[in-house]
Amino acid sequence: MKKLSDLAKTIRSKNAGVDKITFDIIFTDRSVYDKVRQCKVLTPATVAKLYNIEEQRIADFVEYDPACAIKFTIYRVRPSGSAGDSDIFGAQQYAPLLDVAVDI
Amino acid sequence: MSSIKIICPNGHLGFAPLKAESFLLGVAAGPDFIAADSGSDDIGPVPLGTDTSTSPEAWQRQDLEAMLLASRRINVPMIIGSAGDTGSNSRVDRYVEIIRELAKKHRLSPFKLGYFYSEVDKERVRRAIGSDEPVLGLDGRDALTESELDATDRIVAMAGVHPYLKLLEEGCDVIIGGRSSDCAIFAAAALQRGTSEADAYYLGKVLECASFCAEPYGAKETVLGAVNGSGVTVTAMHPDQRCTIASVAGHAMYERSNPYDEFVAGGRLDMRECHYEQIDPRTTRVTGQRFIPAERVRVKLEGAGKVGERYIGIASVRDPYTIANINDVIAWAKAQVFERFGQSGYELHYNVFGKNGVMGDLEPVKSPAHELCIVVQGVAPTAEMAEEVCMTGTRQLFYARLPDVKGTAGGVAFVLDEVLKASPAHRWTVNHTLAVDDPLELFPTHTVTIGA
Repeated sequence: MKKLSDLAKTIRSKNAGVDKITFDIIFTDRSVYDKVRQCKVLTPATVAKLYNIEEQRIADFVEYDPACAIKFTIYRVRPSGSAGDSDIFGAQQYAPLLDVAVDI
Repeated sequence: MSSIKIICPNGHLGFAPLKAESFLLGVAAGPDFIAADSGSDDIGPVPLGTDTSTSPEAWQRQDLEAMLLASRRINVPMIIGSAGDTGSNSRVDRYVEIIRELAKKHRLSPFKLGYFYSEVDKERVRRAIGSDEPVLGLDGRDALTESELDATDRIVAMAGVHPYLKLLEEGCDVIIGGRSSDCAIFAAAALQRGTSEADAYYLGKVLECASFCAEPYGAKETVLGAVNGSGVTVTAMHPDQRCTIASVAGHAMYERSNPYDEFVAGGRLDMRECHYEQIDPRTTRVTGQRFIPAERVRVKLEGAGKVGERYIGIASVRDPYTIANINDVIAWAKAQVFERFGQSGYELHYNVFGKNGVMGDLEPVKSPAHELCIVVQGVAPTAEMAEEVCMTGTRQLFYARLPDVKGTAGGVAFVLDEVLKASPAHRWTVNHTLAVDDPLELFPTHTVTIGA
């Protein structure tokens, strides 16, 4: 059993426009990328559970082979930079992904 | 065969200064254009709403100076898009004035400056709202309503290649653009040199964030993009950076919902069939991109509206019992604000750092830290009311009544016994598209000779 942070080169989040935040999990080794996909630890359902959101809040979920990356995007509840928004750039929303356990 | 080389020294000119070493290497590589984007909607709605820049003018001026001197020295055009973070008219005017001042300072030979505006009159948008082509929402938003338009203070339209092409065709040596699609700034230069639309837009897509398409990570370094017959090549200029298949393909998905489509006024870049190939240690070639022209040109609009004046308060907690009951503490403070101001007509926000301050409801960790920092925001129609809302919502944390608290001398710690005036709260009211017959309609262009 390993953590996603042990397996991925990059795990990041960032605004995708003013209404969405996008998450990228990028691997250097294609075989590791393939294994993580096969394990199904990152799917719309697991991501929704991890972040405690309805699956409908996930706007996109893509396995992007050219970059060995898994990418998903969620809708914000309110646009970026509204009063009370604590992450205007959406850059610190990825932390829960670091500890996702992968049976590998 | 058409070919072009463009260098990009900065992915958001002004937000942080460019790095000189790789920029000079890029200039020495003999580019046909020097171009950079200077804007972003990442910075939130306040700069557009208040018509300000978030970047210090000294940094904007420093990068404009480096680019202007290099472009005049090697006699190639310089292109800047989305002037001054927002691309509003006042930001374009400011950049034009900086260029003028720099030309005078360095006694540059006369050159032709082109610029265009991107602000959109609200009445133009209002007419569209009532027409048979409504102002369609992006990213799940409904079509724009008149009430949302009325709540908007400023709107900019996102230019495609059209105003840039016009100014290039008019022979401009320097172009300062209003709000623009990042990739259009570069694509226009390539199109003017006769490349395919697919290669032109991909070139723009890969160059827009400068060294974000290179590895190892290091921002604000120059990259060189080229079209030369077969596809697009991109090369890192910093000696320690490389553009690899992984870094270039990885960049295609940066800051976007999906890695396959880039929408611009006039069409869509399709990256589904892109093929990436390492052709030397620092260069990757990309082929297979396609451009699909739009049947109807729809221009993206960004609009921000003021919500109210804003004050910020800060309070901290160390008592574990208070931390365990922090929701009750905040409820107490909120109740005191309700008592004074009623239930509506203002906003009161609490971000509790050490609990879920960064992630809010997305936070999966439920056990709080041993100390908390609470940031309070009060927003109201007047500064006086915002200050009092914020002061009440902050200071009453000190007086919260928890039944079993041992410390009865004060419930929170203050680093400042005051509340701080912040920028007025705004929100993104417009994230929509407007149909146009003429892609230049929203982007009036102007030219002037500098140094004559």
